[in-house]
Parts: sequence; C-alpha cells; structure tokens
Amino acid sequence: MSTILIIEQILNGLQFGVMLFLMAAGLTLIFGVMGLINLAHGSLYMIGAFAAATVAGLTGSFVLALMAAMMAAAIAGVLIEVLVIRRLYATDHLDQVLATFALILIFSEGTRWVFGSFPLFLNIPDYFSGPVTLPGGIEYPLYRLVLICVGLLVAGALGLLITRTRIGIQIRAGKDDHEMIAALGVDISKLYTVIFALGAALAGLAGALVGAIQSVQVGMGEPVLILAFVVIVIGGIGSIKGALIGALLVGLTDTLGGVFLPELFKLFMEPSAAQASGSALSSMAIYILMGVVLVWRPAGLFGARK
Amino acid sequence: MITTLSGGGAGLGIDVRDGFMLAIGQSGRNDIEVIIEDDQRKPDIAVQLADKMIQSEKVDVMTGIIWSNLAMAVIPSSVSQGKFYLSPNAGPSALAGKGCHRNYFNVAWQNDNLHEAAGAYANSADYNNSFILAPNYPAGQDALTGYKRMYDGELAGEVFTKLGQTDYASEIAQIRASGADSVFFFLPGGMGISFLKQYADSGINLPVVGPAFSFDQGILQAVGDAALGVVNTSQWNKDIDNGTNAAFVDTFQAEYGRLPSLYASQGFDTANLLISALKVANPGDADAFRAALEAADFNSTRGDFKFGSNHNPIQNIYAREVIKEGDVYTNKIIGVALENHSDAYAAECSF
Repeated sequence: MSTILIIEQILNGLQFGVMLFLMAAGLTLIFGVMGLINLAHGSLYMIGAFAAATVAGLTGSFVLALMAAMMAAAIAGVLIEVLVIRRLYATDHLDQVLATFALILIFSEGTRWVFGSFPLFLNIPDYFSGPVTLPGGIEYPLYRLVLICVGLLVAGALGLLITRTRIGIQIRAGKDDHEMIAALGVDISKLYTVIFALGAALAGLAGALVGAIQSVQVGMGEPVLILAFVVIVIGGIGSIKGALIGALLVGLTDTLGGVFLPELFKLFMEPSAAQASGSALSSMAIYILMGVVLVWRPAGLFGARK
Repeated sequence: MITTLSGGGAGLGIDVRDGFMLAIGQSGRNDIEVIIEDDQRKPDIAVQLADKMIQSEKVDVMTGIIWSNLAMAVIPSSVSQGKFYLSPNAGPSALAGKGCHRNYFNVAWQNDNLHEAAGAYANSADYNNSFILAPNYPAGQDALTGYKRMYDGELAGEVFTKLGQTDYASEIAQIRASGADSVFFFLPGGMGISFLKQYADSGINLPVVGPAFSFDQGILQAVGDAALGVVNTSQWNKDIDNGTNAAFVDTFQAEYGRLPSLYASQGFDTANLLISALKVANPGDADAFRAALEAADFNSTRGDFKFGSNHNPIQNIYAREVIKEGDVYTNKIIGVALENHSDAYAAECSF
C-alpha cells in the first residue's frame, strides 16, 4: 500500500464528503430550524440531476445545466413547502414522515412517467475531463478536484450567510425560538419558504454534480438521503458547521474503511475471507461511527445541548 | 408473467415484457391470455403474485422474473405445484444443478455463462493479470467464479463492492496501484454506468472486459463515449445473421421506437418457445407439453438453440465490441467466445 494510493483515497473521501455536505446542509437547516423531517430531500437531488441532464442535452452547456438543476430543485422545493409541508409544521414527526414518504413515491413515479425507465446521459464537460498530475506524481481526475473546491466554496458561502447576514440572523433566531421572532415582526412563513428553497437548490446542485460521474436514474436520491441523515445526526441537528465536519467524517470513514479494513484483515486471515469480512465491516463503519459519536455527545458534535 | 416494471431495474423487465408481447402479437393467436404483474424487484411481492397467479388466475405457464433472488423465491414452489416455468433471464446455479426441475426451462442462460465467456475471451486476448470486481451478492459471487473457471492467468486483485454502490473512486485507485493488465467487472445497470464513466475519466487505459449486462442497449446511451471499444460477452446481438433476428430487430424498433436489448431478445425467444410448444400439445397434457418444450422447435433470434439435459441452453456466446452507429451507441460481434456452450452444473442434475 503506497503513499500515493493512501493520498488518492483521502482525496476520494474528501470529495465524497463535500458532496454529502451539499445534501446534508439543506436537510439540517430544514430539520433544525423548522423541526421538519423531510424524506423527500432525496427526490430534490434526483430532480436536480434530471434537470441538468435535460438542459445539458438541449444546450450542451454544463454551466447552464447546473443553473437549471438548482432552479428546478428550488422551484420543486417551494412547491412542496407551500402545498404540502406548510400544513405539517404543527403535526408530529410521524405525519411528516408519512407525507414526505408519499412525496418520494410521487416524484419517483412522476419522473419515470416523464423520462422513462432508462437512465439518462449526463457527462463531465470536456474542460474538466481527464486526470491531472498532482505534486508527488499522483494522477487524479480533475473533475473530482473541482467537486472538492465547489463543495468547500459552498460551505464557506453558507457559513458567511449564516453568521454575517440579516437572513442568517433570522435563521439562527428561528432555530432557537420561532415564536419570538414571529412576534418581533419577521414573516416566519416566508423565512421557512426561503430556507426550504435554499436547501432544495443545494440538493439539486449536488444531484447534478454527482450525476455527471454516476448514473442519472429514478431512485438515485434515496441512498444518499440515508447517509445525509447520518451526517446531520453526527454533526448535530441544525448546525452547518456540524454538517460539514460530519460529512467529511462520514466520507473519509466510508472510503478509507472500504480500502483499509480488508487489507487489515488480510494480516491474519486468508485473502477471500478477509475481503468478504472486511467489506461487510466497512459497510457498517459509518453507523459504528455514528454510534460512538452519539454515546460521547448525544446531541451530535455541534448540536445544541439542552 | 411476473416481472420488474417499477423501481430500480425496471428497464430490464420492460424489455422482456415488450419482446414477449411482440412475439405473442406476431403469432396471431388470440387464445393465449397473458397476465402481467409487477414484482417491484421485491421477493415477497413476487411470491404473493405467484400465489395469486396459481390459485386464482389458474395459469398453466409462468415466466418473466429478472432477478435471481426473486427466481429462487418463486420458481421451486411453482414448479413443484405442477406449473411450467420458462425463465427469460434469471439462471441461478441452484436451479441448474441439484435443484433442477423437469418443469423449469431457462431460455436465456445459466448465470455463470457470460462470465465464463469473458474469461475465455481474456485468455484469447492474452491477458495474464486481471483485476476483477463484482457486487457482494449471490450473482456477483457467481460472476467471479464463472470468470475464474475459464481464465488461466493471474489475479492482480479481487474486490467485492457494495450492491447499489455508485462511487468507484476507491476501487479505481486500487486498480491503478495493482499493476493489472486488464479489468473484468460485473456491475449490472446503474452501477456499471457509474463505474465506466469514472473509469474513463481516471486516465487508466487498461482494457476492460465484462458481461453484456453493463452494455445493453438500454444503458449504453447513458454511458456514452466511455463505453466505446469495450469488449463484452453476450449470447445475442442485433447483428447475428439470420432472418428471425433481422425481422425481430426491425419489428421491435417499429413497434416501440427503440433498439431491442438482449433482454428483449430473451423475452421474444421465450414467447416463441411457448408458442411452438402450444402448437404440439396442451399444457394440460404435461408430458407431451414438456417434450414439445424440450424439442425447442422454434426459430431463435440467436440462430441455433437447444436445451441441455438440465433444461438450460446450449448455445454460442459471442464477444462484442461497443461501437457508435450515427448517434446511437450499440454493439458489434467480433468473434465467438465459447461455442455450443453448456454449463458447469448439468451433470449434477437428474429429474
């Protein structure tokens, strides 16, 4: 196991982590500020990817495709919020889970109805394709480096938005006491819609960025959704900083666990058994991580302790 | 017919259904009633549907299942209740060897077949150090077993991925570091799309070989240029030169507006086998009907087709290469990987 391989795997883990962050950021805001469990967040990811594939197919422009992805997901998010979710704030979590689960089914079958059952084509633009050579002789795909940069930029911008702007103050205040800020004259329902649209746009962006290296197909959002929930539980619900740290932890654990656990087991087992048990354990690794974090800090790494 | 029409993997079931119904329509017979239900790729739903088909619909012949885990849940109990089962896709090794049944016929392939052909192709292309990977589930394990059964060279690495995994960056890094001279992979559907796109972007130029499941007509368009030139193995392709196949490709395209995949050809062949047997005997007369099925007296899109002693096919398996025809990505046959190939389990089967 060479140093180059280890560095390459760490980059892979980072890239996976920042993409998870884009999903988790919206989810943690919606859960933390509005107290709402939104299972349909994975559908917004899928909508972003399908919108990007459609626009990229029509115009050939990847930048336009990304903008379309964010627009389409934000519009879908606003529609969901106004038509369905707004009626659920006062109800308990079980009703929210049921309603947003229904939304998953509606969006999945609706997408199939419009686009068919076969995966769509969305590719990396030419100017980002192919590998680059990093210092130390590591060949690494340029597009994955771009993904890491975009993810970190979005994280920085979100951090500024939350800590330095008026709407950020309102979001933080809404998380702590939404009745009080409503009494102070902030239009809380408009604030909720804005947060929802922001979270949806980030999910759409993630779907489009990841769709270019994976397959754009119905149901692509649900596996990511589960990981995003793990991320926000680890990071602490409602905390953007927690979502970023949690996403990077999950990304690195998942990627490095998948590589190094089988290697570790090979030290004292025969190769095929080591491969099988190492793979099995590595798929549990992030849940074990979540368990350890919750025992240590029940509210998550950056969650508000009550 | 119980097949997968919604959820992940629906494209396969839809192709099988469309191929099957095309043949039924062309036969001009209106005394064949086809009942189609969607199993959603879930074994429990498939079992419920099978019970309903057998008990309330009183069907004579069952078909349609795509996935081996669903096949294992439905087929053994259905055939033991005296129903005939014609598999248009799944061919688990358990049903080819000791668990074979005289009423179970596979019209597609035994699961290991295409992987064995990939191993044989690797030998003929002088690959000596393959890196092999497949998802960690029964068909994935069969795939690596099948490849290793025929392949004579060394293994640079052997990796099981998670079923449904979409990011292969870590496996690709291992391939790069392994010093392999070739890559064999079995990653059906969306998994294969992700792998091929990421592999093409990684700058590794090792040759790739795999079974047709990652290169069928339904998903090639989503892979794009990344698949061009890749060699894959299949029992069928649209350029197999016989009248039945040419007519099938033309009429399928006219009827549904897309090129048929190997799954569609399997559905089409399954229906034609059924129709050929119905001409000779009625399913009520089980022995005569079984003999008519065993004769396989129909024109297959694959040309020569016959059943082995365990009711699994004996057929040629071809090596194909992905090419671009105009704007459409498709496959072209470049040679025969295995001729008149049976399967490794036939000897264990006795009815």
